[in-house]
Amino acid sequence: MIQASILKRLHGANGDFRLEIELTVGEGEFVALFGPSGVGKTTLLRCIAGLEQPDQGRLVVSDESWLDDTIRINLPPQLRRVGYMFQDYALFPNMTVRGNLEFALRKGSNKKRVDELLGLMELGELQSRRPDTLSGGQKQRVALARALASEPRLLLLDEPLSALDAEIRSRLQDEILRLQKHFGITTIIVSHDVGEVYKLANRVIVMEAGRIVQQGSPAEVFSAGQTSGKFRFTGEILAIDPMDVLCSLTVLVGNQIVRVVAMPDEAEKLLPGDRVMLVSKAFNPMVLKLD
Amino acid sequence: MTYDLSPLLLTFRLATVTTVILLCIGVPFAWWLANTRIRFKPAVEALVSMPLVLPPSVLGFYLLLAFSPEHWFGQWLDRVAGLRLAFSFQGLVVASVIFSFPFLVHPVQAAFQNLPRSLSDAAKVLGKSNAQTFLRVLLPNIKPALLSGTVLAFAHTVGEFGVVLMIGGNLPNQTRVASIAIYDEVEALNYAAANFYAGILFVLSFLILLVVYMVNRKALK
Repeated sequence: MIQASILKRLHGANGDFRLEIELTVGEGEFVALFGPSGVGKTTLLRCIAGLEQPDQGRLVVSDESWLDDTIRINLPPQLRRVGYMFQDYALFPNMTVRGNLEFALRKGSNKKRVDELLGLMELGELQSRRPDTLSGGQKQRVALARALASEPRLLLLDEPLSALDAEIRSRLQDEILRLQKHFGITTIIVSHDVGEVYKLANRVIVMEAGRIVQQGSPAEVFSAGQTSGKFRFTGEILAIDPMDVLCSLTVLVGNQIVRVVAMPDEAEKLLPGDRVMLVSKAFNPMVLKLD
Repeated sequence: MTYDLSPLLLTFRLATVTTVILLCIGVPFAWWLANTRIRFKPAVEALVSMPLVLPPSVLGFYLLLAFSPEHWFGQWLDRVAGLRLAFSFQGLVVASVIFSFPFLVHPVQAAFQNLPRSLSDAAKVLGKSNAQTFLRVLLPNIKPALLSGTVLAFAHTVGEFGVVLMIGGNLPNQTRVASIAIYDEVEALNYAAANFYAGILFVLSFLILLVVYMVNRKALK
């Protein structure tokens, strides 16, 4: 159980603002901090880890006070026992994969934990490689394994998957979920990817300009008031071809090129390169199962 | 024909002692400089770099004044530590440390600054003390800079002349290093001896630099 109240002045791209957060996280919960960049999500995470000092605040984790400015308690990061995954993974380049994990072990912990984690993350074959020879996804797995090797009481993930492509991302999300369940560890993830938050977290905390503006389960937060019977996609017009009475528009939506028809008077206002929104009634879509 | 080898030996002894001292104080200093946010950091950096631009005779002149038994600093040193630095080997070491300081500090400081901050953050979060972080994470990851800084400081000490002449003079086995011996031999029109010392310094300096560049090229691969 974590109770945090953090106050800190931040210098953002759009001027100074105050990070003011009151937060409670239950034991074993998986919480996502969601919001655009520059609203203080990473700073909040770093304050919890002890890597940054809030101007004022209290932080109590499992009845242990980590931070309390009224009685001048401020536990250094070394004593907080958090697992932290950095955006750039921060693997130690001078150590092998196994070396990185062994370095993370607490004094007196069992070396078997390294083998267990190497097995769980399927890193056995990579264990004697150096980080600079690994792919992004492999580095991410090592970073996660290393964060867990220190037997943390709390796992903090700072946009762990932002640098990876969609397919690896989805596989690693499964992996994170599996390990979080396996160790039953309280986890806070910073993310600005709706899909990721939906898949991983049981609770989303939406932040804007240093404050919590909304929280709840992903389903509540992301669908409240927005559920509609329509599909909406934004895309870019690649080509406009007149056909008899209608016009054919070729539109790039994400990575897909779709072709739709438009009335000539609609098409008149459009030029290739324009950004458009395609809206379609979804009363009877085909649903195909993927595996 | 045989030549006196003592100036060469003295040169390498001076360079070795200087480099060891520089490593002990220069590396922690470079780390501090890379991380500090004090307001007068530019002044500290300028001071460290002064030996790069000052004529060695200027530095030697002031050091000579400071070390002299007439000066309060020289008197204080003599009283407290029994050290007389003017015209002595110890004096040369002190001067060389100051003079070669930027050659070690600059590359090491730059390397520390280039290390991602998340590396030391990660080590801290994993429960490692500052000393463990420094020795096991930071230092091993700046090896090439450490090597080139060490070698440059060593080579620069081997090649120094002005400072040594100012504060060391020309005492055999005390302060008569190779560069001084060359000057001395040329003045005595003893070209063969000068050539002997000069040739050895030339070849050695080349070899030292060659090794640095080769090792660093390997490290980059």
